[in-house]
Amino acid sequence: MKQLTALQQQNRRSNSFRNGSSPLDSTVDGAIKSPATIFWLVIHGLCCLISLVLGFRFSRLVFFLFFSTSSSPSTTTIYSPIQTTLPSVPGRVPVERNMSRVVVGRHGILIRPWPHPDPVEVMKAHKIIQRVQLEQRSEYGVKSPRTVIAITPTYVRTFQTLHLTGVMHSLMNVHYDLVWIVVEAGGVTNETASLIRKSGLRIIHVGFDGKMPVLWEDRHKLESKMRLHGLRVVKEQRLDGIVMFADDSNMHSLELFDEIQNVRWVGAVSVGILAHSGGSEDGELQMVGGEDSEKDEKKSQVPVQGPACNSSDHLVGWHTFNTQPFLERSARYIGDRAIVLPRKLEWAGFVLNSRLLWEERLNKPVWVKEIEEVGTDGEDVESPLSLLKDTSVVEPLGSCGRKIMLWWLRVEARADSKFPVRWIIDPPLDITVPAKRTPWPDAPPELPSSSVEKVIITQENTEKRATKSGPRRKRSSRKRKHTTKVLDEHITSTKHSGDN
Amino acid sequence: MRNRRWVLAVFLLFIEFCLRIEAFKFHRTQQTERISGSAGDVLEDDPFGRLKVFVYELPSKYNKKILQKDPRCLNHMFAAEIYMHRFLLSSPVRTLNPEEADWFYTPVYTTCDLTPNGLPLPFKSPRMMRSAIQLISSNWPYWNRTEGADHFFITPHDFGACFHYLEEKAIERGILHLLQRATLVQTFGQRNHVCLKDDSIIIPPYAPPQKMQAHLIPPSTPRSIFVYFRGLFYDVGNDPEGGYYARGARASVWENFKDNPLFDISTEHPTTYYEDMQRAVFCLCPLGWAPWSPRLVEAVIFGCIPVIIADDIVLPFADAIPWEEIGVFVAEKDVPKLDTILTSIPIDEILRKQRLLANPSMKQAMLFPQPAQPRDAFHQILNGLARKLPHDKRVYLKSGDKFLNWTAGPVADLKPW
Repeated sequence: MKQLTALQQQNRRSNSFRNGSSPLDSTVDGAIKSPATIFWLVIHGLCCLISLVLGFRFSRLVFFLFFSTSSSPSTTTIYSPIQTTLPSVPGRVPVERNMSRVVVGRHGILIRPWPHPDPVEVMKAHKIIQRVQLEQRSEYGVKSPRTVIAITPTYVRTFQTLHLTGVMHSLMNVHYDLVWIVVEAGGVTNETASLIRKSGLRIIHVGFDGKMPVLWEDRHKLESKMRLHGLRVVKEQRLDGIVMFADDSNMHSLELFDEIQNVRWVGAVSVGILAHSGGSEDGELQMVGGEDSEKDEKKSQVPVQGPACNSSDHLVGWHTFNTQPFLERSARYIGDRAIVLPRKLEWAGFVLNSRLLWEERLNKPVWVKEIEEVGTDGEDVESPLSLLKDTSVVEPLGSCGRKIMLWWLRVEARADSKFPVRWIIDPPLDITVPAKRTPWPDAPPELPSSSVEKVIITQENTEKRATKSGPRRKRSSRKRKHTTKVLDEHITSTKHSGDN
Repeated sequence: MRNRRWVLAVFLLFIEFCLRIEAFKFHRTQQTERISGSAGDVLEDDPFGRLKVFVYELPSKYNKKILQKDPRCLNHMFAAEIYMHRFLLSSPVRTLNPEEADWFYTPVYTTCDLTPNGLPLPFKSPRMMRSAIQLISSNWPYWNRTEGADHFFITPHDFGACFHYLEEKAIERGILHLLQRATLVQTFGQRNHVCLKDDSIIIPPYAPPQKMQAHLIPPSTPRSIFVYFRGLFYDVGNDPEGGYYARGARASVWENFKDNPLFDISTEHPTTYYEDMQRAVFCLCPLGWAPWSPRLVEAVIFGCIPVIIADDIVLPFADAIPWEEIGVFVAEKDVPKLDTILTSIPIDEILRKQRLLANPSMKQAMLFPQPAQPRDAFHQILNGLARKLPHDKRVYLKSGDKFLNWTAGPVADLKPW
């Protein structure tokens, strides 16, 4: 009896051969010792013996061979053992007509042996998607795209790699032809060159004489001069396309590059200004020189610089950022831990048709000046508007400045901060020991003007290269401590000798 | 001198002629391609003047009263029967003189008996249809003239005129006996199936045109989803064990591809469903309880290549639209290899399919707009009916001939409605 029920169980569990279960079910019947049950007992014993000899379950093979002919039309799962057990509902074949290969009834759920993504297929699918998007762009996007000429002023400092990599990756993803003019303060260096070489873009790397000053005011002025120098390169090489200013710490959205293709001569886009200090007041949007009473004075979370339009989408003025409330608390020198404020209208928010810069007078509109006339005698060129005699010809882009596709930010480390050359530690460090003091004095660098300011200094412990005096330091390995000291009004010039 | 001028004039005329027939097409690819199916270039045909339809005036209990009782019938996927009636009432093909009519239409709304959930119950439909036919055969002589061979009926339910939602029961019942000689306009189509008559016209299910137009996004939005699907994979209410619903095909899709980043499939009902379809390259259209689904219409409208997983399905207007060239057909047993199948389609074919889908006449042919527009689904139905004309002489019965047995069918159907 027990063996019979065991037999029954065994058959029920054989999910692949559901058909086998029905004839057997009918024969197993309670405790009646009919000839049939004895017969099945005998068969079962025989199968057990044979299985012992062979080493596998012989009975399954028998059932398969005997009962496979009476299989129902429903498909069995030949793939996966995960298949749940389904009772056999014999399928009904449609009565008349030609034999349809589709039948009503229960079917198996086909699962392949490894139901997970195949990396080869994923790559092929991505190629297909890329091609489809290329086709979409050529059908619905800009019809005759022009080359984008990006001008970036830069110089070697701690955060250069951080910022320049960001801009580089944005430019690498641009769908149009690109020329990248990198103007470097202090001359062309190998550090910058090796960094931008990895991009694979067409690059014009020029140097600019003059070291980048420490004060932000002066830095902005030098950057303007560098951008003018870049424009001179455009003029000399007669580059054809759309000039945009990609400062190395700005963030660009790819939609920006699609939008600037619409410019005819000079265009302006809205720039979001990310000049935050920790959670304080937000800047207010204010109109400068607006003629129409288009009031848009809502307090925006991020101040925006850009064109202002009236209801018929004509340029009437400029939104700019009122920096007056923040001037006292703003940063003065590079590495200062306060907000860096932008100027009235940043260069980054303007795009120019490169033909405006070319030599010949013929095809240019009358309202544009030559580059040589601008920026002479060391005067400060605040924005490309100085290149125009008449600022009303500027075209507002990005649905009249309502769409922000570009964000301006200035974050820098201290001007005298040290970093490994090309961010490669070579040769690798043998021993790293946290130093008790920073390798440079706590005092900030001497400033040209000595006004009283609040200075926040972070005292950090850094890893140092093992020098010849290694063994001495080995003993003094300590856990890293990170302390910040807020000094008083006066600048204290405590000099620590360090462990040197 | 005069000769030269004459030659010049002829030359200019020739150039103008060439430009007109667009013999010199220098732009690189056409954005859309013409669609021509097995019946030829017929999507753009105009049915007016090619046929005349007479609409029977049935008492309002067959149409208007039903609609008044439940106005939800206007929005579900079976609403084609109602809109077709409205279209025919005001269409130029309608004739008030039955003697000159080629086709006769009986406006009976058999798919409007809805559950609280909105699903139509087909239990009273056979009786309703019988009662309508009895009415027209007794009040007008035209039914008995041909025993319905020049009449057409719209039966948009799951399995058409078999009037049941369970396939086994539908096969058991078969097509309503009285409709044997009539032409059926239905959404169900599957080859070698009892519920598909040979000469039926397959139409797309109703999808609300205004709702879909309201969700269009700019075509320059890049298509970044590879495969998209939203819907059930297991119908736990009616088929808890699985394997019955969709013949296990939907469950197979889920089990094989649920963790595949290329397949954006889930059972959610996002509000951005239409927008997402416009951002996808392929949209799955697997069978459910019945092989057809409104997903096909949505995929065509939104330019997403339909991947049809339903063995032996017959798609709408199959003689006018070359579905093989527009969609991808995958056998149900090949579902585990779906990703391989889709990535191995040559890119030129994919681009061609997208161009065909972008053809506006393709999109128009799938819609039932109100008021009717040229080349929409209403006109394609009329085109299909016009293609069957003129009627075979044998259709007209000689006196004494009878083909239909008025007492055939399940006994429950014989009760009056």
